[in-house]
Amino acid sequence: MVESRYMTINMGPQHPATHGVLRLLLELDGEIIVKAEPHIGYLHRGIEKLSESMTYPQALTLTDRLDYTSALSNNLAYCLAVEKLLDIKIPKRAQYLRVLMAELQRIAAHLLWVATHALDLGAMTLLFYAFRERETILEILELATGARLTPSFIRIGGLASDIPATFLPRVKAFVEDFPRRVDDYETLLTENIIWKKRTTNIAPMSAEECIQYGVTGPVLRASGVCYDVRKAYPYSSYEDFDFEIPLGSHGDVYDRYLVRMKEMRQSNRIVKQAAEKLPDGPFAAVDAPLVVPPAKEEVGRDIAALIRHFKIMQEGFRPPCGEVYASIESSKGELGFYLISDGTNKPFRMRIRPPSFINLAALPKMIEGQMVADVVAAIGSIDIVLGEIDR
Amino acid sequence: MAKCMAGDLLKETFPEAVRDIEEFRRETSITIDAGKIREVMTFLKENEKLCYDLLLDLAGVDFDDRSPRFMIAYLLHSTKFNNKLRIKTTVAEGASLDTVSDIWIAADWMEREVYDLFGIIFNNHPYLRRILLPEDFVGHPLRKDFPVKGPDFGQPLQVCLEEER
Repeated sequence: MVESRYMTINMGPQHPATHGVLRLLLELDGEIIVKAEPHIGYLHRGIEKLSESMTYPQALTLTDRLDYTSALSNNLAYCLAVEKLLDIKIPKRAQYLRVLMAELQRIAAHLLWVATHALDLGAMTLLFYAFRERETILEILELATGARLTPSFIRIGGLASDIPATFLPRVKAFVEDFPRRVDDYETLLTENIIWKKRTTNIAPMSAEECIQYGVTGPVLRASGVCYDVRKAYPYSSYEDFDFEIPLGSHGDVYDRYLVRMKEMRQSNRIVKQAAEKLPDGPFAAVDAPLVVPPAKEEVGRDIAALIRHFKIMQEGFRPPCGEVYASIESSKGELGFYLISDGTNKPFRMRIRPPSFINLAALPKMIEGQMVADVVAAIGSIDIVLGEIDR
Repeated sequence: MAKCMAGDLLKETFPEAVRDIEEFRRETSITIDAGKIREVMTFLKENEKLCYDLLLDLAGVDFDDRSPRFMIAYLLHSTKFNNKLRIKTTVAEGASLDTVSDIWIAADWMEREVYDLFGIIFNNHPYLRRILLPEDFVGHPLRKDFPVKGPDFGQPLQVCLEEER
């Protein structure tokens, strides 16, 4: 009689390769994974519940703490949802700056991803190069927003302020330099025989499987499905920019790597166009005085503006009753906000559609039947951020 | 175009199940009778004129003053026709809803989350357990009657050793 001897091992929650507090229960048959079960929730802060007791402008600060590698993208998604609810128009300058910042943030998030993913798989060198460029981006963003991690800079109705004069020259310098840097990264990895052996045909997902699991973002596109919210439902003037959607064909770890590397180049193109075509004009909606706080000079001069400022900061505003869903293509996938308003100054319900959460649900499918050594590669290739999964 | 089509087709095929069709900010929401949810979802996914193959989101909502109390909103996307549709259904307190996790596997974790935070039971779900909160957590935090600071806020911290349980 053959006796089955499966071994259960526990990976995480404190494990350097799980990128946060993810716990995996793996059932092994020798080196082969028979069953995998992710355990999450270690970082649950109840953001959806908290938002119900905050006004709309206050709840914006919670969104910074979702995917903390791309806080500006989260700000953008939330603001788009509230603006859709309010039905206000955003000036072109603000839209372009939002695109510019969201794309810089995407490059920074992808750099962080490629650095840590390569580190997980033993290619340590890339970390030092990728973090150098990421640091440049964070400095540029800090120049405009004043913060590196939690900017809350994209506000309902536009931006928190206009950009400083030194911002655009630094963006342009970065954009000119960056393609050469991506070439450098690719020299280290793309044709590297060890890298290829560790990533090709690892954790593959077919296009049908990805759709069935609701996977979005680079993981979906690596399987050859052309779904990118920026093209499918253009927001914030993405239709004005010329860029391509990189696609893969095998849907393995290597293709996900290639898709993200190409995405960085495309994002760089978008940033370049946005910086060159940036129109003049106001940085926040001018026809929404109950939503956008008055300028600082005005507050000091005019008592009515001061009162209005206090009103917006303390009471917020009351959008009409209704429900909207607005989504963006964040660096992880489709990040959506489903807002229900009951006509008061606080969201009745704020549901976040977290891309990492839904992509992580496909992890067991990816690794079952694979070797235990490839789990790290698979987790890295989904690019999860636990702040967004656990909310 | 395809958006209106979904409403018309549903009305044609399931005249008794469609409760309401609303349009707000260019988004269509169709309210469906909870008992028919599986038939309607299978139809939406498999009808070749609609092809809603991607389940983007599944959200629970607690309207504590309404009856039935809970609402579940499914957000569907068609990769073929590139459009979205929201399907809503209502669940009374203590009642349950059929799972759609065999139609879209994506619904597996989303339904677990709704169960965890709202306490809505999904019939025939393969693995209906808490997902974000610990197994021994009491209550469902996204219900409106759950206090934001938690039910034990202000109470002295109970230290309970494993062997004392």
